[in-house]
Amino acid sequence: MNYFPDEVVEHVFDFITSHKDRNSVSLVCKSWYKIERYSRQRVFIGNCYSITPQRLIARFPGLKSLTLKGKPHFADFNLVPHDWGGFVDPWIKALAKSRIGLEELRLKRMVVSDDSLELLSKSFPNFKSLVLVSCEGFTTDGVAAIAANCRFLRELDLQENEVEDHRGHWLSCFPESCTSLVSLNFACLKGEINLASLERLVARSPNLKSLRLNRMVPLDTLQKLLMRAPQLVDLGIGSYVDDPSSEVFSKLKAVIQLCNSIRSLSGFLEVAPCCMSAIYPICENLTFLNLSYAPGLQGNDLTKLVQHCRKLQRLWILDCIGDKGLGVVASTCKELQELRVFPSDPFDAGNAAVTEEGLVLISAGCPKLNSLLYFCHQMTNAALITVAKNCTNFIRFRLCILDPVKADPVTNQPLDEGFGAIVRSNKSLKRLSLSGLLTDQVFLYIGMYAKKLEMLSIAFAGDSNKGMLYVLNGCKKLRKLEIRDCPFGDVALLEDMGKYETMRSLWMSSCEVTLGACKILAKKMPSLNVEIINESEQLEFSLDDRLLVDKMYLYRTLVGHRKDKPEYVLLL
Amino acid sequence: MSSENGKRLLETDAGGLNFEATELTLGLPGEPRVTSDGGAKLGSKRGFSETVDLKLGDNNQEVKLGHSLQEAAKSPVSKTQVVGWPPVRGFARRGKKSCKYVKVAVDGAPYLRKVDLEIYNSYQQLLTSLEDMFSCFTIRNYLNEKKIDQVNGIEYMPTYEDKDGDWMLVGDVPWQLMKSSEAVGLGLKTAPKYSSTN
Repeated sequence: MNYFPDEVVEHVFDFITSHKDRNSVSLVCKSWYKIERYSRQRVFIGNCYSITPQRLIARFPGLKSLTLKGKPHFADFNLVPHDWGGFVDPWIKALAKSRIGLEELRLKRMVVSDDSLELLSKSFPNFKSLVLVSCEGFTTDGVAAIAANCRFLRELDLQENEVEDHRGHWLSCFPESCTSLVSLNFACLKGEINLASLERLVARSPNLKSLRLNRMVPLDTLQKLLMRAPQLVDLGIGSYVDDPSSEVFSKLKAVIQLCNSIRSLSGFLEVAPCCMSAIYPICENLTFLNLSYAPGLQGNDLTKLVQHCRKLQRLWILDCIGDKGLGVVASTCKELQELRVFPSDPFDAGNAAVTEEGLVLISAGCPKLNSLLYFCHQMTNAALITVAKNCTNFIRFRLCILDPVKADPVTNQPLDEGFGAIVRSNKSLKRLSLSGLLTDQVFLYIGMYAKKLEMLSIAFAGDSNKGMLYVLNGCKKLRKLEIRDCPFGDVALLEDMGKYETMRSLWMSSCEVTLGACKILAKKMPSLNVEIINESEQLEFSLDDRLLVDKMYLYRTLVGHRKDKPEYVLLL
Repeated sequence: MSSENGKRLLETDAGGLNFEATELTLGLPGEPRVTSDGGAKLGSKRGFSETVDLKLGDNNQEVKLGHSLQEAAKSPVSKTQVVGWPPVRGFARRGKKSCKYVKVAVDGAPYLRKVDLEIYNSYQQLLTSLEDMFSCFTIRNYLNEKKIDQVNGIEYMPTYEDKDGDWMLVGDVPWQLMKSSEAVGLGLKTAPKYSSTN
């Protein structure tokens, strides 16, 4: 390859798009490193503290698209205190100062301020796409700045963010000259919006393919929007309440028939079950259906709807669909690849909506199933073994039994054998979440069989350090390990310290790791940041090494300690 | 406020200091301290139930309830919620039916009541329920059937206050729409036209 001029090599590299492959390419030789770095346009940074924006900018001057992730995953479940970190501001400031022509920014679990958004909107004339997932710290004023200043904006996608809603006129801030929108998602905003502005915006966006509305957009506006945008591919419905005998509803039914490009349907943030029948005509073509936020739809409403969805590939639904309903899914949705069943009432075990039966039916009926997130009230080894026989293509398998230490209710045994069967037969498994009563044995199986595993989430499981060691020793591809409330301690933590350099991060909370062990690890491994989160009332940390650590988060980094840590974080 | 998590130590200090005696614990006044078996506790598996049950007075330092501590302290039943479990983001938003509570005021009644409009499927159900609640009054059916109160001959009109603060007659708007967006407060106003006749 080195006999070719750089431009030829660069042209070849254009065909290499995956981050992993481009990273590998850059390691081959100095020449390839150089060619690769100048031609790289998209960069993914899984932990914003692993590198600085300055080094990013220095290495990739041609950067156009940046993805950044901030807080650890367990922040989603309130395990990470407020103000822990993950601020995007230094990144945007540094990029703004540079000559980088940023066009796309995707952030997950980061803290974003209105000032950052405003700076972003004014610094990059070609900015096209902003995707914020599970972020916080900004208000609709920041969103307004993006709308007002990004002249060629194509995508504004706000997913599950905590946004302070000033009920301003952010929608009206899109100038009349803005006609480039392809994707607009504001479902997570809580406040009212100017409906007339929304209609006009949609009317002047001929390329609009994806539109996800918030709860404040009523059904009659939906009807008008669909009239303007029958070309939509992805629709998120806001409020879906009306009297089925009304004229507006008839109009909606009529216009929905024209929307035969819709492949993805979500939202229903407010819904009257009697209105669901209007949706049936588009169900035929749906490949993604997300009803997990729809309140008040009963099992039969869901089942009746699903019966029309023969081409479904991904289904996100609430557990009130019941085992029977899952049976209907199994017999209808033969193309199903991904299923997520969420709990509608996580604390009420009296209403056992889905059990192992539903999962077994799905596994038997959906041969293409490769991704599962399943919240249920109970699980048996027998069921898991059956699932493992039926499905050998799992990439993601996340099972959450709502009582996290519940044994197999039939045999009273731990669920080691069941999960063991899953990892044994699913050789491509990349992500696994465990729950139920589990001993060290399940970790022995995981270490033995889950050779492609990249992410593992463990809670209230195991008996001893051996459990964690099986995993660290056996799972060669492990990148992220998060553990809470398990009896794993110093011996497991310190056995193979070099391992953590091959991983992105390790989270351990309410385990049996001492401060002393963390100090040893931090000292021996300068390439790791070892953070201790201590939320107790103490103003200073005890220097006692025997102190059991509340929460520890460690991650590899090229740039040492971060400068923005809050007071309650101790960096060793 | 997790002051109880202050110190968790592996074993008592070699210098002879008994840390347990100085440890902060949760305890009702007068409850005896239970000495914890430090070593054994470490080896034993942490049970979910230990984390959930609030053993007041127990030296069980593994209780880690965080903010839900306040709630648990009020009702020490072991159905206490554990922080971060179940691991579902935004579960508070999923599947929870919106409660549409509105205040109901009746002319002449000494106190107001609250009803959740979500539980009713039609105007008729709502009015029947209101009649039960305010059984001393008779409510005029929204379909305009006359119902005169036999006792004092006064008829009541079901009305509601909408978003703009105007008092509207119940029944004009389809029930579903009423439930979701219209009603702020319900009232039962004396019908001006139908004064007592007898």
